[in-house]
Amino acid sequence: MSLQLFFFYLFSTITVASAFMVIASRNPVHSVLFLILAFVNAAGIFLLAGAEFLAMILIVVYVGAVAVLFLFVVMMLDIDFAELKKGILQYMPIGFLIGIVLFLELALVAGSWVILPEVASSSVLPIDDTISNTRALGQVLYTRYVYLFQGAAIILLVAMIGAIVLTLHHRKNVKRQDIIEQVARDPKTAIDVVKVKSGQGLNG
Amino acid sequence: MEFFLSALDYLLGIPFLGWGENVGFIYKGLLLLVALLIFVAYFLLADRKIWAAVQMRRGPNLVGIFGLFQSFADMLKFVFKEPVIPAGSDKFVFLLAPFVTVMLALAAWAVIPLDYGWALADINVGILYIFAISSLGVYGIIMGGWASNSKYAFLGALRSAAQMVSYEVSIGFVIVTVLLLVGSLNLTDIVVAQSEMGLAYVLGVPWMNFLNWFWLPLFPMFIIFFISLLAETNRPPFDLPEAESELVAGFMVEYGSTPYMMFMLGEYVAIVLMCSLTTILFLGGWAAPLEIAPFTWIPGAVWFILKVWLVFFMVSMVKAFVPRYRYDQLMRLGWKVFLPISIFMIFVVALVLQLTGWGWHGGLGGLA
Repeated sequence: MSLQLFFFYLFSTITVASAFMVIASRNPVHSVLFLILAFVNAAGIFLLAGAEFLAMILIVVYVGAVAVLFLFVVMMLDIDFAELKKGILQYMPIGFLIGIVLFLELALVAGSWVILPEVASSSVLPIDDTISNTRALGQVLYTRYVYLFQGAAIILLVAMIGAIVLTLHHRKNVKRQDIIEQVARDPKTAIDVVKVKSGQGLNG
Repeated sequence: MEFFLSALDYLLGIPFLGWGENVGFIYKGLLLLVALLIFVAYFLLADRKIWAAVQMRRGPNLVGIFGLFQSFADMLKFVFKEPVIPAGSDKFVFLLAPFVTVMLALAAWAVIPLDYGWALADINVGILYIFAISSLGVYGIIMGGWASNSKYAFLGALRSAAQMVSYEVSIGFVIVTVLLLVGSLNLTDIVVAQSEMGLAYVLGVPWMNFLNWFWLPLFPMFIIFFISLLAETNRPPFDLPEAESELVAGFMVEYGSTPYMMFMLGEYVAIVLMCSLTTILFLGGWAAPLEIAPFTWIPGAVWFILKVWLVFFMVSMVKAFVPRYRYDQLMRLGWKVFLPISIFMIFVVALVLQLTGWGWHGGLGGLA
């Protein structure tokens, strides 16, 4: 058994087991923590496949940002488990259907490699072994797929702006802090020195 | 069987016993770990001493001469205390959180090159690896805060999660500008690139190496990186997750004994890591500041450690000088000031490199 094979089985076993625990554990926070474990092990499988850039980006984006927000939301939710259990039979068929569709898709992709290897390899760009993984990805992404890449970026930007517009309530009558204005104040504009005669007020 | 032997050789082989070719990986790792922990103990002491000096106090001075063994005494104290686990807590996650913090902080050190070829693992995507590992650091805090089952701890954890995610963005963009100049994600390449191009070459005095390093051409990014590293490691003035006046001790409020010590250890290892990252990205790593005789005799690792101490000294002084930020000011600084500046700088750096053809195009990957 080679070292790579050993680690492949290690990572994939943990990935599958923790993916199962995501849906099996009773506490939603534990679910998210298991999801993170699954992500990290998937990154390990990417590393074994020689895709070190994808592995690191998976960790930075999914584990470092997306899952943090997941955890954020899940921890603050007050979840009633009895309520959740009620709907389980109702949602079962739909979930089952989605599972079957995903499984068939995976089987088709993986199967094409097994049945007709030459068809599968023709869809892949020729890989230049002399340059590093990251550089190769960049060269393809910014030349051949530049429009798709920019399109994906624009979709994300639109979604981000949309989310901000939907949730931003700019309330009036709220005293806001203008830091530039505060910093620009000097004694001349901020202090008014007045001599007050005793017995008389300022307005008297 | 062959696999087993090669793995064993990789981990435990010693060259002078004629057993394989590698120095065992475990020995190197242990050496780095022990050296790192001893250094961290003294970083902690230095932090307290510097803070005390600014406030005209003496700081810890009773254990050993000048208090040199204070950190070890503290460690013993923590270890011999009784760990108290709150009754309503999630015990497993409660104890997992400090472990996660320490493990992640230590794991990032695997790729730090102390000198040319001294990295434990000199991987192609070194800087991304560090970025990934340090972005995971927030989990120790969130898990600890949530598992404590306490309002103070939970609020501290939420603050820290928002803070670390915010400042990671600007750290990421700062790293991108450095990568644009270097053209490689490898940490050794980043350091080597800083000594092979720059202002000193333009001025015709290549021996004045310190003018070459990236702190000069990327000076605004150097400042942004330094401030972001304070926020990323929850150092004052950004130590809102554990703001004493509001949240007692933040996410650590329920922790005591060894778990608390592990949080502290993880925090300081992360601070030293970010200091060494500053050294690698902006201060020329292990390179001597002047490439002339007395300076080049000193080994690179010594220069590296000296620079890390310099950055840590600044981190420590900030703690003594600057009052704590308010939470909305912290968020404003991250999202409305640093993010636009760093995106603009990426644009400027990319434009300059494109127009002039400057930049370092070497590296392990090479330009194909």
